[in-house]
Amino acid sequence: MSDTNGQAAQTVALDTFPRLLMHHAAVRPGRPAMREKEFGIWQTYSWADVARSVRAIACGLAELGFKRGDRLAIIGDNRPRLYWSVAACQCLGGIPVMLYQDAVAQEMTYVLEDAEIKFAVVEDQEQVDKMLEILPDVPFLEHVIYDDPRGLRHYSQPLLKGLDELQEMGSIHDRNHTDFLDAEIDKGASDDISVMLYTSGTTGKPKGVCQTHAAFIAAATGATGFDKLTDREDILSYLPMAWVGDHLFSFAQATVAGFTINCPESGDTVMTDLREIGPTYYFAPPRVFENLLTQVMIRMEDASALKRKLFAHFMDVARRCGADILDGKPVSGGDRLQYWLGNLLIYGPLKNVLGMSRIRVAYTAGAAIGPDLFRFYRSIGVNLKQLYGQTETCAYVCLQPDGQIKLDSVGKPAPFVEVKLAGNGEILVKGPMLLKAYYKRPDATAESINAEGYFMTGDAGYFDEDGHLKIIDRAKDVGKLATGSMFAPNYIENKLKFFQHIKEAVAFGNGRDCVTAFINIDLEAVGNWAERRGLAYSGYTDLASQSAVYELIRDCVEKVNADLAADPQMSGSQIKRFLILHKELDADDGELTRTRKVRRNFIAERYAVLIEALFEGKAAQHIETVVKYEDGREGRISADLRIEEAKTYAPQAAKRAA
Amino acid sequence: MMMNDMPQVAQAQEQASARRIGDVVLDLQNISLSFGGVKALTNISFDVREHEIRSIIGPNGAGKSSMLNVINGVYHPQEGRILFRGEPRQRMEPHMAAAQGIARTFQNIALFKGMSVLDNIMTGRNLKMKCGLLAHALYWGRAQKEEIEHRVKVEEIIDFLEIQDIRKTPVGALPYGLQKRVELGRALAAEPNLLLLDEPMAGMNVEEKQDMCRFILDVNDQFGTTIVLIEHDMGVVMDISDRVVVLDYGKKIGDGVPDEVRSNEDVIRAYLGTSH
Repeated sequence: MSDTNGQAAQTVALDTFPRLLMHHAAVRPGRPAMREKEFGIWQTYSWADVARSVRAIACGLAELGFKRGDRLAIIGDNRPRLYWSVAACQCLGGIPVMLYQDAVAQEMTYVLEDAEIKFAVVEDQEQVDKMLEILPDVPFLEHVIYDDPRGLRHYSQPLLKGLDELQEMGSIHDRNHTDFLDAEIDKGASDDISVMLYTSGTTGKPKGVCQTHAAFIAAATGATGFDKLTDREDILSYLPMAWVGDHLFSFAQATVAGFTINCPESGDTVMTDLREIGPTYYFAPPRVFENLLTQVMIRMEDASALKRKLFAHFMDVARRCGADILDGKPVSGGDRLQYWLGNLLIYGPLKNVLGMSRIRVAYTAGAAIGPDLFRFYRSIGVNLKQLYGQTETCAYVCLQPDGQIKLDSVGKPAPFVEVKLAGNGEILVKGPMLLKAYYKRPDATAESINAEGYFMTGDAGYFDEDGHLKIIDRAKDVGKLATGSMFAPNYIENKLKFFQHIKEAVAFGNGRDCVTAFINIDLEAVGNWAERRGLAYSGYTDLASQSAVYELIRDCVEKVNADLAADPQMSGSQIKRFLILHKELDADDGELTRTRKVRRNFIAERYAVLIEALFEGKAAQHIETVVKYEDGREGRISADLRIEEAKTYAPQAAKRAA
Repeated sequence: MMMNDMPQVAQAQEQASARRIGDVVLDLQNISLSFGGVKALTNISFDVREHEIRSIIGPNGAGKSSMLNVINGVYHPQEGRILFRGEPRQRMEPHMAAAQGIARTFQNIALFKGMSVLDNIMTGRNLKMKCGLLAHALYWGRAQKEEIEHRVKVEEIIDFLEIQDIRKTPVGALPYGLQKRVELGRALAAEPNLLLLDEPMAGMNVEEKQDMCRFILDVNDQFGTTIVLIEHDMGVVMDISDRVVVLDYGKKIGDGVPDEVRSNEDVIRAYLGTSH
């Protein structure tokens, strides 16, 4: 990737994504760039195919009047043609703006308005309907181009156009004006904005983060060098395109390193597709790893006694020595033999079922990962690592180097990145991957980048003795109890969420005299648990209110308390009372962001009565809530929620020395 | 902008639907059917036009399923005439109906529980397979090519019904709503001109019903398939049908576009259960 010095007539610097794409089309035209499963069969597109299609889409857009600097909205699942639209837009010097495809129409209005979108490329009828629904609010929207024409035959709105037609139009244009697109690509500069990614809006309205070609290319080059990724990697692209992680892995890194991305057939087939593709490089938020493990465990519980025994035995072996073998640390001969046997009988087949047989590097980020979860994957030989970053830093700040994996750290600063801590413990970051600006928000840009050019992440953390960064919580969420001890809600919630029976938790306590929590049970895990006990239930609300379930959860809460008691800094913030919510926290109701992060303030407002009841020490509280269904209709759920006390423990002074 | 578009859209849709619905394909004249002393159907006449969605509604035991069974030749009415594409129909067996392009689904799911979704839908292609048993068993010569062609068609249906994730799952392991969808898939695999659906939405929750409605409308729209539908849920019927026939105690008490039927006194009485 470093042949960038020759500015002579022939060699062009590979400093923008369109140039990289054309480079791959010239250097490795026949290598697979993308695969998509269609009608049950994997279809392969080579780099030459991709370049051809991207050119056609770009020329088609240009013919519709798309200009340099225009924003192109892209909404849909991970479809090859949507990725090509991102590239096509960049060829013309435009700025792609990806939206979360499962957002309801009204939520899209804000981004379309903020980015002044005139052109949108959308996946299917569902998204077209959303665009038409909000059209009165976004009158500047001129063209909506759809990928899948199904169900759209009778739509006669003049602003609709099929991507097939656009591509056809574009390829004719490309044939007649061969130099047009090359000239457009030549006009691109590395400090042009390559993409706009919206922050999830955990607090307030989402902001458009403008990233340059240089920033994403730096992040991608750094990461591919760090893990020695080549053009032979295979990854599965199944996370929302609007998320910075997908843009980094499926677009930027793939375009920099020239490896293959694979698009699943549909959202529901990801597991099957994963197994068929067997990626070598894999990225998933902890939630996905957790779901996989939960499924494995549920199926193991239903397995025969012999299989259960085998599984338990070899998982013990793996726990003892698996991670050390992976890290290349010394392990006794006997353990090695046992592990080898285990690999033959259990880990190998298990990895095969999970689609992880070929994985060389797997990453997780976006939320804290549970210790058991992390250890499980590493112990069966999956090189799972953590990284740290945010939209503003191209999801590229810290990476865990091979062989130096620590459960509770996010690794060392990545190549080209400088990390330091502010006086209050806030993590400050500097490097080529920093955002250029927030779109139309100079105030926010100025607020987040300090005078020395460091980006203020808003996360609180510290470096351990090996120089690994540890994250505690969002700096602004870290508060104090009335008793004066530190209250880090996220830290407590994560500990709760590490239990398979707890899906979501929200802790309260800032300025109060104790800590309380809302719990969301995991319907699948608790449901299965209830089934095995012959506990009858009619649905989530019913299951959540059963006293046996309360006992189960209280057990988890008390374990967390014991754990907190062992930590001198956190021992004061043990959970005194908790309740199990009658409904699952949901992004459609505004309680979670689209990336499934808890929107603390919103929840505090919405469930104010419950919080008061928790702190007043009532035994029960009635609540009625409005819920929104996926199609936008509303319904009501009401319930009498029980509030229970949990045991707290005396602080165990300095059990864990620093 | 939206304001200007609205009338255009309405107009276009009107044109589209006017263009869509063609001549009468199935004409039932004075049909009477009885089992021993029980009169299931008495003197019923109605027609079905090409490309329309025609619903038959009525309370329990009104004779809806009997009517459907008459159409595809399971029952033979004692009186009356059936004209299919203008030709009077003599005694007809179900397999002849199938050969004429009539496919159906059942009120109680009738799939092969132990077979995968894919194989179940493949059985719908049965009539289109030309090679012999032996050739297929050996997967040899033309049979191989034929099998691949049929598989392509089946995959298109799987894609159409969005059931890719359960392609290889045994049907018996699926929830009810999905089994119904698979049954629709098998009927579609025969590429029918006339599709008979017997309570496709019975026992479904609201979301499943909405999905099913969408699929029925899409089938009608994309393939131009004429659909005769039996349904219990008045709301669903009124939303998706072009015309509705109402039966009660084996007699026809209403016939027309949904709005006419809705305001028909006899229909209201039958549904509200006023004594006869």
